[in-house]
Amino acid sequence: MTASSNTTSGESAASFALELQKISKSFGLVQANKDIDLRIEKGTIHGIIGENGAGKSTLMNILYGLHRADSGDMFIDGKPAKIKGSADALSLGIGMVHQHFMLIPRFTVLENVMLGSEGGALLGAGRVATAQRLQELGQTFDMVVDPDALVSDLNVGMRQRVEILKALKSGANILILDEPTGVLTPQEATQLFEILDKLRDNGVTVLLITHKLAEIMAITDNVSIMRRGEMVGHRKTSETNPQELAELMVGREVLLNVEKPEANPSDVALSVSGLGCYSSRGHKILDNLNFEVRAGEILGIAGVSGNGQTPLMEVLAGMRKPDEGQFEILGTTITADTHVTPSDMRANGIGHIPEDRHKHGLVLEFEAYENMVLGFHDTSVTGEKRLMDRKHMIAHCAERMEEYDIRPRAPHLPAKNFSGGNQQKIVVAREMYENPKLLIVGEPTRGVDVGAIEFIHKQLIALRDQGCAVVLVSVELDEIMGLSDRIMVMNKGEEVATISGADADAQKLGLMMAGISEGAGA
Amino acid sequence: MIDFFYQILWTLDATLRVATPLILCAMAGIFSERSGIVDISLEGKLLSGAFVAAAIAAVTGSAWLGLFGAIGASVLMSLLHGFATITHRGDQVVSGLAINILASGLTVILGIALFKRGGQTPTLASDERFRPQELWFVDLMDNIPILGPIYRELISGHSLLVYVALLCVPLASFILYRSRFGLRLRAVGEVPIAVDSAGVSVTWLRYRALIVGGVFCGIAGAYLSISHGANFVREMSAGKGYIALAAVIFGNWRPVRAFMACLMFGFLDAITSRLQGVDLPLIGEIPAQLMLALPYILTILLLSGFIGRPSPPAAIGKPYIK
Repeated sequence: MTASSNTTSGESAASFALELQKISKSFGLVQANKDIDLRIEKGTIHGIIGENGAGKSTLMNILYGLHRADSGDMFIDGKPAKIKGSADALSLGIGMVHQHFMLIPRFTVLENVMLGSEGGALLGAGRVATAQRLQELGQTFDMVVDPDALVSDLNVGMRQRVEILKALKSGANILILDEPTGVLTPQEATQLFEILDKLRDNGVTVLLITHKLAEIMAITDNVSIMRRGEMVGHRKTSETNPQELAELMVGREVLLNVEKPEANPSDVALSVSGLGCYSSRGHKILDNLNFEVRAGEILGIAGVSGNGQTPLMEVLAGMRKPDEGQFEILGTTITADTHVTPSDMRANGIGHIPEDRHKHGLVLEFEAYENMVLGFHDTSVTGEKRLMDRKHMIAHCAERMEEYDIRPRAPHLPAKNFSGGNQQKIVVAREMYENPKLLIVGEPTRGVDVGAIEFIHKQLIALRDQGCAVVLVSVELDEIMGLSDRIMVMNKGEEVATISGADADAQKLGLMMAGISEGAGA
Repeated sequence: MIDFFYQILWTLDATLRVATPLILCAMAGIFSERSGIVDISLEGKLLSGAFVAAAIAAVTGSAWLGLFGAIGASVLMSLLHGFATITHRGDQVVSGLAINILASGLTVILGIALFKRGGQTPTLASDERFRPQELWFVDLMDNIPILGPIYRELISGHSLLVYVALLCVPLASFILYRSRFGLRLRAVGEVPIAVDSAGVSVTWLRYRALIVGGVFCGIAGAYLSISHGANFVREMSAGKGYIALAAVIFGNWRPVRAFMACLMFGFLDAITSRLQGVDLPLIGEIPAQLMLALPYILTILLLSGFIGRPSPPAAIGKPYIK
């Protein structure tokens, strides 16, 4: 236990890089943070874990000066600190890598790093000095980045490095990372952890905000757990385990691995042969794909993101036309010449949980009940009348909210005001309601908290056992391995191999995702 | 042949004169839009600048006071736009439109109230205006063939404000790409929250961008009424603010390219008057209306992706909410 004892006065041991006492913050009626106490030891990696909406981000935004606490005290290196804006935080040595990067895609790395500390009214001298500092930092922490590269040309992992370098360059010795691996591939995440280790070795204090248990266990020294705006526990990482953390986070017992009975595959629901697609620039993004999915089984599609999973899902959902080959989906054959729309696909018995729920799954400005019928406007969910029946739709939404435990139970709340997990539940509830015969699912638990992950996974298994064929695309290997009956690994738009779920382990899949097939088929 | 050469020189000379307010307004538009604020109020700022310049010059007899008054009025309009869109996060197009309507009505009403000439201001005497100026060595250069006439007819003999406009282009370019202010300005038009998290005030930055724009528009207004013209006439901006905005888009929000677009639009304007009633071989007479509409048609073609691809600042039109 690191920080459970109470401090009574404003004094604090100087070995704490950061100490918070009784920090509270509300937005209107919502109490986002309540009497938060936190002590972070110098030169450690300290994890803060909690579900979406537990108040982690609010707390970090208070630390970084983007929000101001209603009450409470803050100490940095034992000295009382007042942080009124990000400028104050920066000058106190607090740097932050936000979940959504604060980078300007059209600027070069150098320009991004300079922004805010240009070193004079003209840029000339600052450019030289910053480039030099970047190189020093890059060498110290083993993250070399080309200063003249445009950020828009960098991949996500590199962008994150730029963010870290930006914080270090401005003199940060307390670095806050907000959900840093949410956007990274497993390999990039491993690299990030190596960088964090180096930072710690060089005396930087790291605060890692996450909802992923595996990360906490892998990298942190200490961990604090938040639930519903309150701090519910502090642990030394070496003295706890994922199960205990999950229970503290959710406040009840959770199953980290959903039970999955043996699959009973029956008729072929989807059969793909020779499928190919080109991007708008003429690159081949899907190349000669051949596979089948049967009713009552889950086919997992694994791969580093950007290796063809997105276009494949779009083709299957009717959002994109194949350029080559064909596929037979629930008895309908579709080729490059078939005119098909997503609503045709829906009418055919296909459900689609898109990987980007904000872009393709929801209309964020619309109320929950309107989102609950999107794409199903001509079915019974909008009522039996000729016109859409609002009362019926609202009642329908309220029922689904009860069934799927969507919180708050407010059919009139705009979708954007729900947490990520609850937004995803709206999409899942909608797509599952019509009992699809084939369900196409992309990243079902991206940005979703532990409790909701368990729920969504259970739903997918239940649907499979009712005889639905499921195509599951995910970059989370744990998810793929936990749910799939067979796993197809994709690389550069091609199938690397397909193996049975029972044979899969992370090592094997990782190699295949890199394009190395071992000649193993199934 | 000589005659044709002079025809070209005079057309280009006219191009420069017509393009001057466009160039100034376009630079104003670039500063505003690069900071993320849509600026269709260029037109209104130009018009109010023109009115105040002419009114003050008429009352005080000083062109310089007129110029400063124009800048003041135009900056005031900018601040109004900023108050509505930055401080109160209002819709930028609506606010801009409101300013244009306000300027259009206010200039006429104040004109009638102050001068009782149906909205016009009194005609200014020569020394109350910015008059064309001969540059140095004009007589000396006369002896050089080709270069001499070019220097005398095209380069020399413009009002001070024309040269100011021409200098504004490299100046704007320098500020945008070489200064701290420019870096932050470009950043705030792309990802304002990045600027905020770097500890720089988004609000103050955008206000400053609008103020710079106000200064440019004020000079442009003064040019219209106390340099190019000799008094204020109602609606004398005649859509130039909108054309300048088209030039900004055409120039992909970059000063030098927008300047080229202004010259092109100015050139179209200048040859329109020359081509009136002239039968061109094969084509016949080109209707003046078509020429006047050409800047807009070209802009629409550009926006619909037929000529290159415009890349507006990413955060343009979006109020910044933390």
